[in-house]
Amino acid sequence: MTGTRTSMSIRTRRVSTARTAGIMTLVAGGVLLFGVGCGGSGSSSSTQTTTTPPATTSSANVLAISVDAGPDTAEPYANGAFASVIVCTPGTTTCQTIDGVLVDTGSSGLRLLSSVLTISLPQQTANGNPVAECLPFVSGYTWGPVQTADVELSGETANAVPIQVINGSAFTVPSACSNQGAAENTLADLGANGILGVGNFVQDCGDACVSTGASNPALYYQCVSSNCTVIGEPLAQQVANPVASFAKDNNGVIIELPAVSAPEATLNGSLIFGIGTESNNALNGATIYPVDDFGNFITIFKTSSTTITNSTSFIDSGSNGLYFFDSAQTGIPTCSDANFFYCPSSTENLSATTEGAGGTPSSTINFSVANADALFNDNPTANVFEDLAGPNSISGFDWGLPFFYGRNVYTAIQGQTTPGGTGPYWAY
Amino acid sequence: MRERRGLQGRCGLATRLSAILLWVGTTILVTTLPAFAGLGEDVISVQADQAHMQGALRTTETQAYTLQEIQGATGTVVREYVSPAGKVFAVAWQGPFPPDMKQILASYFSQYQQAAQAQATAHKGRRPLMVQLPGLVVEAGGHMRSFAGRAYVPDMLPQGVSAEAIR
Repeated sequence: MTGTRTSMSIRTRRVSTARTAGIMTLVAGGVLLFGVGCGGSGSSSSTQTTTTPPATTSSANVLAISVDAGPDTAEPYANGAFASVIVCTPGTTTCQTIDGVLVDTGSSGLRLLSSVLTISLPQQTANGNPVAECLPFVSGYTWGPVQTADVELSGETANAVPIQVINGSAFTVPSACSNQGAAENTLADLGANGILGVGNFVQDCGDACVSTGASNPALYYQCVSSNCTVIGEPLAQQVANPVASFAKDNNGVIIELPAVSAPEATLNGSLIFGIGTESNNALNGATIYPVDDFGNFITIFKTSSTTITNSTSFIDSGSNGLYFFDSAQTGIPTCSDANFFYCPSSTENLSATTEGAGGTPSSTINFSVANADALFNDNPTANVFEDLAGPNSISGFDWGLPFFYGRNVYTAIQGQTTPGGTGPYWAY
Repeated sequence: MRERRGLQGRCGLATRLSAILLWVGTTILVTTLPAFAGLGEDVISVQADQAHMQGALRTTETQAYTLQEIQGATGTVVREYVSPAGKVFAVAWQGPFPPDMKQILASYFSQYQQAAQAQATAHKGRRPLMVQLPGLVVEAGGHMRSFAGRAYVPDMLPQGVSAEAIR
């Protein structure tokens, strides 16, 4: 992360910081409270100590990421890759650095908790009314206004892109939104100050949200006083992957994280922008796996008794483990105290075959499933667990962050040209 | 056994089965059917769900249950499993957006919501949802533009029907 801070120090923009992440690595050096806009310059907060050097040296298209406890000091995050982003009031030098933002290849668009945002961003409007979004995630939803920001990621800038400012108190959450289940509008819910969605898609919703009527999935709303009603939202207005708006290096990202052989407190790596656009982001022989219109590919998992071929499988840095099928299919018991993790009596060494959405190419991925209870109990200060896994019943094989350890993973954006073909695809 | 699962695969399977396609006027349903529909409710509530999703309904009879599949206008498919006694004992879904969980979980929604909220803050980290209460199971996974899940009431599963059948 030192590279990022160094590059920030040469900026002429006035930067106020909300130093909220990297708490574990800073714990010895300072007392930092969540949500404080410290008002200092970015460079003043660069006194971070690290146990391992960054995987890649500083470049304009390299954003440092850190797998660590994350910004919620109340409870450490397991297998979360966090980065620091800078948001600015568009076209001005009023900017803020926000740390502890989860890097998520499983979604698109930047979402920040309103509780950490101290600068003022312009509100997007429709028919003169403020626009808000209800964004469904697997476990619930985030709610809040859509605002516009210049988003700076290392040396790259996305000018005036719509972002979601997560705030459960903004307007009144419409019932169509709260009907999704759990609200994920706070630091305690998210375990992060925001989510940086750098996935395969440009917009978070796409054509479905442009439409009106029954085919509109009800993500975007206009709010009159506190009463919010569904609107058709043009593509250009939708919350979008900021990488796609960069002037260059805008066709995808690479996540580079070193291999892990045992649980660790911190793992430093890089989020690199662009595929084949600079000397540091060539495909280097990585194999390209096309994904389908839904952002999925195929994974084939074999046990001694059965073969499961699943075509809704996916790679997702925002999932914090390897999640696949269920105990009935895998024969691996879940933990009695946490049914969302697997708890085999001893570590199981397994493999599965990943295939492009059309059936080619294919490759075998070896992985291990450890007893999650033992991982946590035996490693109380660790936040990096390469063998953390759990069930995913009917939605396929979710190759979460452990898949990225020791493997450079390329995520190409839909419709964007790369030396390996047009996105969307994954390569590794 | 080698099976290929997915949205298109499932639609193809359903087509191969001797399905009955029912189109029902939604305006009539909205005024005549119960507001709450879905899990634990009578079979008639499936039509309320269909009206809510503004989708096409197809019915498939099996020996142990009746499968009512609603193809929603947003592209998401909801399958409701109806017991011989006429009760919805399970629902499953797949598509680019999650279904209205309150609509399909009906009276089980608040239980689900509380459990999901508790799970979000336990063991910090984003992952699939696994709600397994004595009287309710809800499992959901996926990512932006691709969601799938299932919910069922264990005590209501007809004899001979395992959770593995609910997909």
